[in-house]
Amino acid sequence: MNQPSQNSTKPESDSPGLKQSAPLEETANNDESTNASPKRSLVSGSNFDRSKPDNKNASTMIDVRDVNFYYGDVQALFNVNLTVPEKSVMALIGPSGCGKSTFLRTLNRMNDIIDGTRVEGTIKLENQNIYDPTIDVVALRSRVGMVFQKSTPFPKSIFDNIAFGPRLSGTTSKSKLTEIVERSLQQAALWDEVKDRLSDSAMALSGGQQQRLCIARTLATNPEVILMDEPASALDPASTARIEDLIFELRKQYTIVIVTHNMQQAARVSQYTAFFYQGRLIEVGPTKELFTNPTEKQTEDYITGRFG
Amino acid sequence: MSNNRGEFNSKINSRHRTSKLFELFCLSAVLLALVVLCVLLFSVISKAWGWVDVDFLTSHHSRKPEDAGIKAALWGSLWLILLTGLFSIPIGVGAALYLEEYSRKNRLTTFIQVNLSNLAGVPSIVYGILGLTVFARMFDMFPGEQQSVMTISLLITDLSIPLPFGPTLITGAMTLSLLILPVVIISSQESLRSVPPSLRHASLALGATEWQTIRSQVLPAALPGIATGVILSLSRAIGETAPLLMVGAASFITATPGGIDGMGDILTNPGSLLEVPFSKYTCMPMQIYNWVKFAKVEFQEYVTSAGIVVLLGVLLLMNATAVYIRMRFQNKIQW
Amino acid sequence: MSSSPSPPSTDRSLEFRRTWTRTREQLIKFVLLLCALLSILTTIGILYVLLTNAVYSPNSKATAFFQEVSIWDFVTDTKWTPQYAQDRHFGILPLLIGTLKITGIAALIGLPIGLAGAVYLSEYAAPRTRNMIKPTLEVLAGIPTVVYGYFALIFITPYILRPIFSDLLGFEVKIFNAASAGIVVGIMIIPMVSSLSEDVLRSVPRSLREAGYALGGTRFDVSTKIVVPAALSGIIASFLLAISRAVGETMAVTIAAGLYTSNSLNPFEPSQTMTAYIVNVSSGDTPVGSIEYKSLYAVAFTLFLATLAMNILSQWVLKRFREEYQ
Repeated sequence: MNQPSQNSTKPESDSPGLKQSAPLEETANNDESTNASPKRSLVSGSNFDRSKPDNKNASTMIDVRDVNFYYGDVQALFNVNLTVPEKSVMALIGPSGCGKSTFLRTLNRMNDIIDGTRVEGTIKLENQNIYDPTIDVVALRSRVGMVFQKSTPFPKSIFDNIAFGPRLSGTTSKSKLTEIVERSLQQAALWDEVKDRLSDSAMALSGGQQQRLCIARTLATNPEVILMDEPASALDPASTARIEDLIFELRKQYTIVIVTHNMQQAARVSQYTAFFYQGRLIEVGPTKELFTNPTEKQTEDYITGRFG
Repeated sequence: MSNNRGEFNSKINSRHRTSKLFELFCLSAVLLALVVLCVLLFSVISKAWGWVDVDFLTSHHSRKPEDAGIKAALWGSLWLILLTGLFSIPIGVGAALYLEEYSRKNRLTTFIQVNLSNLAGVPSIVYGILGLTVFARMFDMFPGEQQSVMTISLLITDLSIPLPFGPTLITGAMTLSLLILPVVIISSQESLRSVPPSLRHASLALGATEWQTIRSQVLPAALPGIATGVILSLSRAIGETAPLLMVGAASFITATPGGIDGMGDILTNPGSLLEVPFSKYTCMPMQIYNWVKFAKVEFQEYVTSAGIVVLLGVLLLMNATAVYIRMRFQNKIQW
Repeated sequence: MSSSPSPPSTDRSLEFRRTWTRTREQLIKFVLLLCALLSILTTIGILYVLLTNAVYSPNSKATAFFQEVSIWDFVTDTKWTPQYAQDRHFGILPLLIGTLKITGIAALIGLPIGLAGAVYLSEYAAPRTRNMIKPTLEVLAGIPTVVYGYFALIFITPYILRPIFSDLLGFEVKIFNAASAGIVVGIMIIPMVSSLSEDVLRSVPRSLREAGYALGGTRFDVSTKIVVPAALSGIIASFLLAISRAVGETMAVTIAAGLYTSNSLNPFEPSQTMTAYIVNVSSGDTPVGSIEYKSLYAVAFTLFLATLAMNILSQWVLKRFREEYQ
């Protein structure tokens, strides 16, 4: 994997292109608020695609177009456009209440279970619109896994936690399940710690272990995309470091979108970063560039700690 | 991996079907309960049709089904609830205030709390035995065939209190009060708990004493909730039969408590009010139970149904009041 | 007095003073404490009444039930015939069988339906549907038990039990029978089970459900494999409370199940429960002080202990459930 090196080369080659294309995009897009259009041009998918030539084998995994989101009458997301390349980590940052978690939850339609929510626009997962009426949410969620801020082990044994997803999809053979459990736990770097007590309750694990268990549980369903909602915010520094190492490893196989409060974390684990503010996607780009040379004033203010 | 995915998708339809079937199963459980309610109401009302009229409400029991009415029982139930409310509301709310506003969490209050939830689960018939022994018979402390009578002279009239109380209204009311007290206390506590502490702090910070704070801030804020809980408890009491049967509500009686048939009687003879608590009485559920046991089919079916309709009517009225209070005030006060 | 516009400096002292206000505060607190203590007095009263009449009488002139009948006979004898002049038997077993028979039928009906209703309300129903259904269930819970007894007598037996079991399957269904009583008691506990279970189901953290959905679970998967198992102890607590309620239920059982004491397990025959026996003795003309009259206290004591045990167990289970999730 040569992603880190790609990462370092990207800023120089990408940023001019992104900026130059801004006026062009403005005409192509619909008439949102006028002052927002330069920002939108930055985030629009076609621009992003131009960064692809560097990333040779990466195609678009998630393609978000003109997404608006409402909790009842309150609009929480405004015209978000974004693409996430395959096998990369995208960090979503921004102050609390900026809509980054809401956005993350639109990607596996987790918001569906909240009454009175509404989505406009399209979100494509490998060219399939996940909000198409023909889409099966259950199938979608088994392809787009999610790890939550608070670890959510089920009050069952470690084994049963991991085997939960495979069992749902009809895997009953004990040997197959055992194999999946071992593989998932190894991927989540938890195997060595729990291999002797798989039948113990998952609630007995430490916070960091629980969170890795939740990651392993997600991996067991064989997802393509993993969404993480501040997965390390409740953990101590050592556990956080382990989770970050894990994310770094997982990137080789999975597309990861991670919400984080912690900008250092975003910088450490992601290749791309998107900055949300007041329900709008202000700026998105390769992480290094966004942190070193943000194009938007609000982004700069946020990453330099002037608010949030 | 792709193979696995295909397998998954083939199974997903059957999983959705299971989920839908399960939803239908759960829904039908709820619907079944509602259907039973409808069938119950329908079967009772259809039998009572034509039997519930003004005559039914204003006549006493009679051996002829056509002439039988529920008057004594209706008055008995109303007095019973009035007295029960008189006993249980101040004591219940008082106990809730002590537990929520004054007491600290210590052994005593924890014990009271545990004790309350246990009392709420004691079968009503056990309260009947308690009432029978303590109020109706007073531990047989007053021996002899004759009931002793304690007479207290008041300004306009004498108050005669039979000792022991025997099968009188006051025995029934005290027994029912003990029965519903745990529920009254627990529901009042919940209402008090929903009053935000900031309100208390604000009042205390202005120099009000604890009682002033409770009277002027906490109680008014909690009142709708307390009232709802109290009314629901009282409507439980009005339908109670078993404990009253134990403490000796009369089977058949053709007199209203104190001989009061309406407001006019109270105005012409206010002294009769004092006789009310010590009158023999019957009440609606008792009357219904006794009618059920009658051999005559007319009683078993039609008169009983008519009695049930009146009882359910009174209950409906009380519940509607509770719902009204809840709606009316819930919208006004929002924390 | 203290509201004079410019109080003298002595009035501003923070020293403790015994004023009327302060005394009144103490008085009110004391009176309220008495109100709270009444509940303990009630418990003591119940225990005293039951113990002195059933187990041991402190009064030398009177004897308690177990001073005349040995506890051993009470527990082991298989006949209950206190009304006979000769060959009296005081074995609680027949009354226990009657109670268990009706409670069993009630549990068979009320627990699954109540739980399914709770799952529907907490996992499937939209808030508006729930707001419509819950008050209706409360109405069901508010109907007096004497009405349920009547319903069993005039509807359940003639229109449900007889057509099915008598006309179709050839059993003899008596007019007073345990099955009809069990069915209405089962109906009576549905609202209780569904409301208590719904509470515990809803207190299962939302995050667990989200995790389940995020793993690709359907509502069925999440309800039955995550939420219900997680709430299991709370559900068991609600079951225990409902069973305790069924055991203590009196009027419906007295009206619908009849007065006949038997050891038969046939649900279509009359059978007398502990509660019905208490009612029958106390509403009849049993002479006060007779052994038959005293037996009422022994039965009531048994009933009290049984329901108390279940209530305490239920609270203990519920407490553990709450500790797990809060």
